[in-house]
Amino acid sequence: MSLEKLQEQLREAAGRGAALCIRGSGSKDFYGNAPRGDILDTRAHAGVVDYEPTELVMTARCGTLLADIQEILGAKKQMLAFEPPHFGAGATLGGCVAAGLSGPRRASAGSVRDAMLGAKILDGRGQLLAFGGQVMKNVAGYDVSRLLAGSLGTLGVILEVSLKLLPRPPEERTLKFELPQAKALEILNRWAGQPLPVSASAWRDGELSLRLSGAASAVRAAAQKLGGQAVAQDEAARFWEGVREQSAPFFAGDAPLWRLSLPSQAPALELPGEQMLEWGGALRWLRSSAEAQTVRAAAAQAGGHATLFRAAQKSQGAFAPLSPVLARLHRDLKRAFDPAGILNPGRMYPEF
Amino acid sequence: MGSALPEIDVQRQRQVAQALRAFLPERCVLWAQEDTQPYECDGLTAYRRVPMVVALPETDEQVQRILRTCNALGVPVVPRGAGTGLSGGALPPGDGVLLSLAKFMRVLRIDPLARTAVVQPGVRNAAISDVVAPYGLYYAPDPSSQIACSIGGNVAENSGGVHCLKYGLTVHNVLRVRGYTIEGEAVDFGSEALDSAGYDLLALAIGSEGLLAVTTEVTVKLLPKPEAARVIMASFDDVEKAGDAVAAVIAAGIVPAGLEMMDKPATAAVEQFVRAGYDLDAAAILLCESDGMAAEVEDEIARMKEVLAAAGATRLAVSRDEAERLRFWSGRKAAFPAVGRISPDYYCMDGTIPKKRLGEVLIFIGAMEKKYGLRCPNVFHAGDGNLHPLILFDANDPDQLRRTEAFAAEVLEKCVEVGGTITGEHGVGVEKIDQMCVQFGAAELETFHAIKHAFDAKGLLNPGKAVPALARCAEFGRRHVNAGQLGQPGLPRF
Repeated sequence: MSLEKLQEQLREAAGRGAALCIRGSGSKDFYGNAPRGDILDTRAHAGVVDYEPTELVMTARCGTLLADIQEILGAKKQMLAFEPPHFGAGATLGGCVAAGLSGPRRASAGSVRDAMLGAKILDGRGQLLAFGGQVMKNVAGYDVSRLLAGSLGTLGVILEVSLKLLPRPPEERTLKFELPQAKALEILNRWAGQPLPVSASAWRDGELSLRLSGAASAVRAAAQKLGGQAVAQDEAARFWEGVREQSAPFFAGDAPLWRLSLPSQAPALELPGEQMLEWGGALRWLRSSAEAQTVRAAAAQAGGHATLFRAAQKSQGAFAPLSPVLARLHRDLKRAFDPAGILNPGRMYPEF
Repeated sequence: MGSALPEIDVQRQRQVAQALRAFLPERCVLWAQEDTQPYECDGLTAYRRVPMVVALPETDEQVQRILRTCNALGVPVVPRGAGTGLSGGALPPGDGVLLSLAKFMRVLRIDPLARTAVVQPGVRNAAISDVVAPYGLYYAPDPSSQIACSIGGNVAENSGGVHCLKYGLTVHNVLRVRGYTIEGEAVDFGSEALDSAGYDLLALAIGSEGLLAVTTEVTVKLLPKPEAARVIMASFDDVEKAGDAVAAVIAAGIVPAGLEMMDKPATAAVEQFVRAGYDLDAAAILLCESDGMAAEVEDEIARMKEVLAAAGATRLAVSRDEAERLRFWSGRKAAFPAVGRISPDYYCMDGTIPKKRLGEVLIFIGAMEKKYGLRCPNVFHAGDGNLHPLILFDANDPDQLRRTEAFAAEVLEKCVEVGGTITGEHGVGVEKIDQMCVQFGAAELETFHAIKHAFDAKGLLNPGKAVPALARCAEFGRRHVNAGQLGQPGLPRF
């Protein structure tokens, strides 16, 4: 779809005060509070605008398939460092940035927001705005590009983004260890304090999987130091895909899925249900029918927050409530970008 | 550029000082000119203004009450850390309060297992790494001024350094910023977890140049010290070849821990000042560092040497030990003071460009040297495209000052034209505020003002910095076109 058409749809909706649901393939419809409003389909605004491997930067439009981007980058032995989950074959770049979800490599290589260098958006008035750029260092103006990551489309239609890339590590190896949760948490934090090329970790049901990535010599030396049991390459690839895409058995079934983001060293949480750890302990998945209040209180107590990630009903809200000051800042920022309140209203918080 | 002529409203000064003295001890409020004069400028000494009042709080509660008082009285507040900033971000308000966080110097907590430290904003950047060194940890961003600059200022400017290609900027290495809004409301941006609910206000606050909130506490991420680090010094007989070598290193799938370039005039200046052992015959040298596990560093150094040789390096030297590595770096880190010794004054630019346009921009800078009759050595964070050309001038000669400003403006606008930005890490402050009109259109600037309004509706925090008023841009545009020098209406803004 042409830019003019998107702008027209926005202006028309703003005029009527009618909610718009900004949507690519809908692979992340489950995330956040329930989408509502007329669909504004971003998929036609697609394509790579600029890719210069020696700059470690790619600029692409929102409708570009994540799968296509990964193929293009793979051909030059580069990658999106944050290893984004797709949650569907049609996943687009716009949805990836709007959701702001990062995969297994996040703890070592950074998040979607960390990779954001620039963005073009249409705000709620249909104005075309450009922030940031295609360079690694840029402190001109407020860092709106990074603010967009994880904003769930509530601040603007993300049209185009520039992302920092990384070279693909030449070597990866996965090791397995038998450990109870408390021990796994302790050892993951201790390893993270040593210069080891750990690129992902996952603990589930007494088994810790650890991925090492980097120069062959570094991976070899680290594997020797850490011990554990080596996992075959194709089995390891399937395993990390299962974690990233939530196709692993842990994620099957109907029990509500909570995502707890905590300080990595926070002790094992005493909550009913099954748990899985990632990100060196900084991400904890919980399958539990416990009361939202109970889960949120436990997360807050540990210094983090809990998101109701997947659930049949989210009447308690998908995201942890904000303090009164932050809630006011959120409302005022939302109004700055979208005065008519038409962009994905309620998707993040019911009040905007 | 301003002078230090005091134009202080004495009655207002007394009113504000008295209001602050109601809850601050005498040592925490300065208003006599001999006491306030030292605060008249930051690292950008060309801009000076004596503040009406200086407040030096010692506790969080005092910061909160100062902000509430100023907000109630409608008094502008300019926060200041160590005062090493290079864009005039801490230029004081002649009609307001300079809020110095210099007394916030405590390291509040170190958690070696979690690899975090909670520090007050006045703690020096290098002091963080020093205090956590016994745990085998360090704080990665290392701006050249790291022995003096404070973490609060780093947060305000989103400071980088020579290792940020691999380890990121301040925004990538800070977990939480605590502080107060101008209304005195306590705010937490970020948390000790890797993300927080809602918008990423931490990303917005970092690099906001003290316009959104006043920082009173920073939680930084610490990294394990690499097992080994070595640096290659590579000489080139042509600056463009050196630029191509940078691209070749990246194309080989290597992200060096540091990748810096200095041209011949810069190495000549540095070598007189610190004997770093640079190749003075080279048109440009690259410093190319590898760090990590010992075996990995050996491999990476070998690969980088191959790539640099293939790219036409005329000489390659690899640091043999830690002392030599530090010596190679000492020249780069001392580049600004070294240049300060060969010229009465220098003016440091901070544009960032896509690396592939380096040759073109350096040729442009060469042409500007001729046009304005001023010398300009170049130091360059080559890995991330951040240029620091240093224009040499004598501030006592008004014409040289004028030529310097025009020179700098042309270079920054060239950076925007080639798809880059006017400031990579030093901030806009007062210095580059007119170039913001080149970098951004009216709609983006209006959005910035709306963001500011959400945090500070009365516009009292660090007013007149970072984001130009639209009227100022209209005026700048008129001057610009009339001067007949530039006029690039088709400039890409992205």
